Amino acid sequence: MTEAIYFDNNATTRIADEVREAMAPYLDRLYGNPHSMHTFGELAGRAVNTAREQVAHLLGCRPEEIIFTSCGTESNNTAILSALETRPDKDHIVTTRVEHPAVGGLCRKLSEQGLAGKRWRLTELPVDGEGMLSLPDVGNAIDGATAAVSVMWANNETGVVFPVERIGGMCRDKGVLFHTDAVQAVGKIPVNLSELPIDMLSLSGHKLHAPKGIGALYVRGGVRFSPLLIGGHQERNRRGGTEAVPNIVALGKAAELAAGRMEDERTRVRAMRDRLERELLARCPDARVNGHRESRLPNTANISFEYVEGESILLMLDAHGICASSGSACTSGSLEPSHVMRAMGVPYTAAHGSLRMSLSVYNTEAEVDRVIEVLPPIIRRLRDISPFGRRAPAERT
Amino acid sequence: MWDYTDKVMEHFLRPKYAGEIENPDLDATVGNITCGDALRIMLKLDDAGRIADARFQTFGCASAIASSDALIELILGKTVDEAAEVTNDDIAEYLGGLPEQKLHCSVLGMEALQKAIAQYRGEKFELADEGEIVCHCFGVTDKLIEKVIGEHGLQTVEEVTNYTKAGGGCGACHGRIREIIAEVRGRVAEAEAAGGQDPRRLTNVQRMRMIEQTLDTEIRPAVRRDGGDVELVDVIGPEVQIAFRGNCAWCRTREFTADGFIGEKLREQVDPEITVEDVSEQLPGI
Ligand SMILES: Cc1ncc(COP(=O)(O)O)c(C=O)c1O
Repeated sequence: MTEAIYFDNNATTRIADEVREAMAPYLDRLYGNPHSMHTFGELAGRAVNTAREQVAHLLGCRPEEIIFTSCGTESNNTAILSALETRPDKDHIVTTRVEHPAVGGLCRKLSEQGLAGKRWRLTELPVDGEGMLSLPDVGNAIDGATAAVSVMWANNETGVVFPVERIGGMCRDKGVLFHTDAVQAVGKIPVNLSELPIDMLSLSGHKLHAPKGIGALYVRGGVRFSPLLIGGHQERNRRGGTEAVPNIVALGKAAELAAGRMEDERTRVRAMRDRLERELLARCPDARVNGHRESRLPNTANISFEYVEGESILLMLDAHGICASSGSACTSGSLEPSHVMRAMGVPYTAAHGSLRMSLSVYNTEAEVDRVIEVLPPIIRRLRDISPFGRRAPAERT
Repeated sequence: MWDYTDKVMEHFLRPKYAGEIENPDLDATVGNITCGDALRIMLKLDDAGRIADARFQTFGCASAIASSDALIELILGKTVDEAAEVTNDDIAEYLGGLPEQKLHCSVLGMEALQKAIAQYRGEKFELADEGEIVCHCFGVTDKLIEKVIGEHGLQTVEEVTNYTKAGGGCGACHGRIREIIAEVRGRVAEAEAAGGQDPRRLTNVQRMRMIEQTLDTEIRPAVRRDGGDVELVDVIGPEVQIAFRGNCAWCRTREFTADGFIGEKLREQVDPEITVEDVSEQLPGI
């Protein structure tokens, strides 16, 4: 088998060589604790500072506004819980129906079970058939008791990009805290917090070619904050726990690389994605793209193939060394298709056959060619096996 | 990723019996596209009633396709009566096991087979066509749920979901599934206590008590939900006399209810000979 073709970069990404090299010394010789009073610790401390600057540079914010965390999930949890805790007089959260469980699951728990004897009202905003939010809905959802609005920047399944600037603006006008889960956006599209009305933003290293287990939370200067992890004085008292120096260094390097690669993502990666989509739709009847065509990430293609089931597509692709993912029931670990597909009202017939291919700067035109060659016969084969498998009109007699 | 055996992957990637048969003698489809899996089997019988040829078409995940192929492998060359003995366990075992959450794929195979056999025998396909739908998300009847609970000694809703998908959607039916588990287990315990006694040899008092019990657990909750009630008036041989009380919704449909719904439950749980007579009108003072 030739080397795997990895089209699953929204799930996780390969660690960039440069990132691995940058972090390696901190896994080896430079194992100091940044807070120790000796040169050894000082070296680690300086590396953490550099990384903080690199991340701040990518986001267009100040280094003090960055808190390193263990992952995107921790960033999201910290942001939402902090917002609620610092607004004890409020009892309402606004989010969307298509959030990652790191936001959606937490908010649902806060409304269904509550925390410390308090329960929050929850508004989960719907999306339309293209996975897009309606701005008036956001405005209407906010009331006097709203503690926070948390809306993802880009959706992990469809790549749909929400108008966070407009949403943030509405929140600011109404004096409500705005958090965005930007785990899928950071590194793929430009983010400039100095010009955006965003109070908190979450990101995760392993989505931008850093290792798993490192994330960051941006908290705008002046925004009230309450830590999730109570412990030592690390991160200026905002997150207890000795810094994961190698991972932090890695995230810093990945942020620096991402800034330099954004143009490639915007042009070459987008062109590959578009070609992939175009060719597959041309070769496979009864297929459709899920998600808004314009307002979406340059790397993500989510296509539904009617009458076939996603897990079967994935395993047949895997047999050809091609990695992708699906929102089908069988692969979502439940018996229902993904909550994103359902929120969009994608018919079940199409939701079960949804295939997500997410590219990165490491992918090549030759890999796109290969998928265009391999996938259509797989769809045809599965439709032949399926009792609903319709053939293309030309093939029907 | 699922931990599929090599055998599952082999039958998924290279199924031997995928396809269609022209003019099959038996042709049965179970499941549907919204539920995420569906299976159609087509069988050709020879003069001796043996399954001479068989093909399947499946919409579903890898284990659904592999289970379909395994099913055909298991029934080819058998008579219909022999094939009727094949269970979902046989399918799972043939494949070297299935992940727990995928057991419903093997049950789908068993259902398709049972449906084809019902066709052959000119019977109703009771797993789906009879009984009440419990799980509306996946269209699963109490009959199928009772069957898997009984056959596999299931104790939790999660296990029932693994086998049938029932309860894997909105979750509204979890309470009802728990009830069915309790009922089936109660019945099993009762049968054991009674030493597997033939219902026809029950004393009249025992019969009366079982009928009361069935009315209580199976029928009254549904009737009362609509504001009505049902009373046991008399038992005369195989004839059970009942009367309705209260809500009119039940009065209007009670003919259907008496002989259909109630009769069916009593025949199933107490004695297959039972007939139900509605005597509400003949009683004074309603
Ligand atoms: C949109 C979104 N938010 C949050 C997360 C969680 O990030 P992590 O895996 O770092 O906890 C993910 C990744 O799966 C994601 O796609």
